[in-house]
Order: sequence, then C-alpha cells, then structure tokens
Amino acid sequence: MELIINGESIQLPDSVKTVSDLLSHFRLNHKIAIVEVNLNIIQKQEYETTTLCNGDKVEIVHFVGGG
Amino acid sequence: MMLQIGPYQFQSRLLLGTGKYPSFDVQKEAVEVSGAEILTFAVRRMNIFEPNQPNFLEKLEITKYKLLPNTAGAKTAEEAVRIARLAKASGLCDMIKVEVIGCDKTLLPDPVETLKATEMLLEEGFIVLPYTSDDVVLAKRLQQLGCHAIMPGASPIGSGQGIINPLNLSLIIEQATVPVIVDAGIGSPADAALAMELGADGVLLNTAVAGAADPVKMAKAMKLAIEAGRLGYEAGRIPKKRYATASSPMEGMSIV
Repeated sequence: MELIINGESIQLPDSVKTVSDLLSHFRLNHKIAIVEVNLNIIQKQEYETTTLCNGDKVEIVHFVGGG
Repeated sequence: MMLQIGPYQFQSRLLLGTGKYPSFDVQKEAVEVSGAEILTFAVRRMNIFEPNQPNFLEKLEITKYKLLPNTAGAKTAEEAVRIARLAKASGLCDMIKVEVIGCDKTLLPDPVETLKATEMLLEEGFIVLPYTSDDVVLAKRLQQLGCHAIMPGASPIGSGQGIINPLNLSLIIEQATVPVIVDAGIGSPADAALAMELGADGVLLNTAVAGAADPVKMAKAMKLAIEAGRLGYEAGRIPKKRYATASSPMEGMSIV
C-alpha cells in the first residue's frame, strides 16, 4: 500500500493495516505523536480500529520547541 | 496573589517559550531556574524516519507544567483551529495560544483571522489565549468573545525591541477583565519589569532567554524582573514631578 505521509509518498508492507500498525512500523508507538488521516484526527483509542487505504493522506505530528 | 487563567492558577507570572535554546540541557536548566509553570511550544510534522530523535518534552517532567501549544504556522483561522485540535488530541493540554501571522516580514498577527480563530476555539471548549497586536479595540473584542487571557505583543516576535507602545498596552490593561500577558518582543529584564509595572498580569517570552549569551542566568533575571515589576505595581509608584522634593527635613537647618 502507498500512503502520503507528511507530504511524502511512502510504500508500506501489506502487514500495515491500521494506524496502530503504521506507528509500530516506524517505531513511533511510544512517542508523543498525533495522527491525522485525510484531515480527520485519530484519537489514541481508535488507532487499532482505524484502517488505512491506499492513497490515504496521513499526517504524523508532534510537539517541538516554540514560543 | 495568583495568576488565574480559566480554571487554572499559577504562582509564576512568567510564561516561557521552548524554541531556539542552544541545547536541551541548557533549556531544561533555564526552564527550571525561571520558575515558569506554563511552557509554550509548537506543533510540527514528525521526522518519521528518525524515531530516536530526542524531543524536548521527553527531557522535562511535563506533568509539572501546564502546556500551552501555539498555532504558529497558521495564516488563517481554519489552519489555527486544525493545529489546536491536533495539539489537544495529544491528551496533554486544553489551553491554546492562538497565533495567526498576517505578515511574514514583521510576523505581526492577522487581527481578523485571530478574532475568528478565537471564536471558533472557544466554541470547541478550549482555554484560549490569543496573541494579538497592541490594538486596544481588538483586545476589547477578543475579551467580549470570552477568551481567557489577552496576549498583546510588546514589539515584533523575536525583535527584542521591548515595549514600543506603553500607552496602548496600559490602555489594554486598564480595560481588561481577563489577564493581560505581554507576549513577544521583550528583550531585557527591564522590558519585562516595565510590562509588569504597567499592570500586566504576566509576560510570555522566549528569544530573550533562549538567545541570551547565558540563557540560564537570563531565565533567573527575567523571573526576578517580573517579580520586582509586579511588586512595584502592587506597591503603587510615586507620581513623576518636574522639580525636586527634598527627602531630608527642612526643619533644624539653622546649624548649617
């Protein structure tokens, strides 16, 4: 499956089916990260049940230093 | 007397930004020394290919602080709302600093979009602190919407020019029914003290500390300046007079 993650086209193995799988794939599951799929924010409790489809636009954001 | 923003109370009147420190260790020490209880930060895309990249939040005991994410990067109310929702979805915060920039060169806020974003976010139940220009009427309009604090800039972000319009700032403070936090443009402890002497309820700064030659020492200086300025405001300064008034008594001077 191909997803657009943070603006980049990225090819993912078939084992990645949900948001939870995606975070595990990139070893981000223990990070403070917020996920948006096609402009919808995915709450943490929905990570395992939210399935991803080819071409989905995913944003993975976090907190950085700022004023 | 405590600083009250929405349902939250704070001992410290210094709100500290977390950008541009020379290192995470210096930042951690500066934050601790400053006594700040509210920290600001931004929301950005993660580098998903570097999961081990350190993040400043992991360095701090974040439960000790109230987190105040900003909507920096937004140019419209809709973008600001999107960033605010993302920040809230972290489950770590419900306060938001509305920052909608209307000019890339001066980084001055867009008043119309700021007003719109504030209204939308208040409707969604956020604790909303809009960063605004020092416009007296705009401050009043934001207050009428029900925002939880007003954050007028002293001068452009990161400019270190200090308070360039003390008259407007004092008029905003005079009419305010919510806390006024002077945000942006503070350069030195004197600037921060002046803001507090004018009656501001707090000061938000970042570059003045992060960009100082010794950020940790400057964090301490800002803490003390804000405390001194607040005490001075509460104590009530003497009026300025054109001519001298002797401090020593005029009686019993015949011996000299």
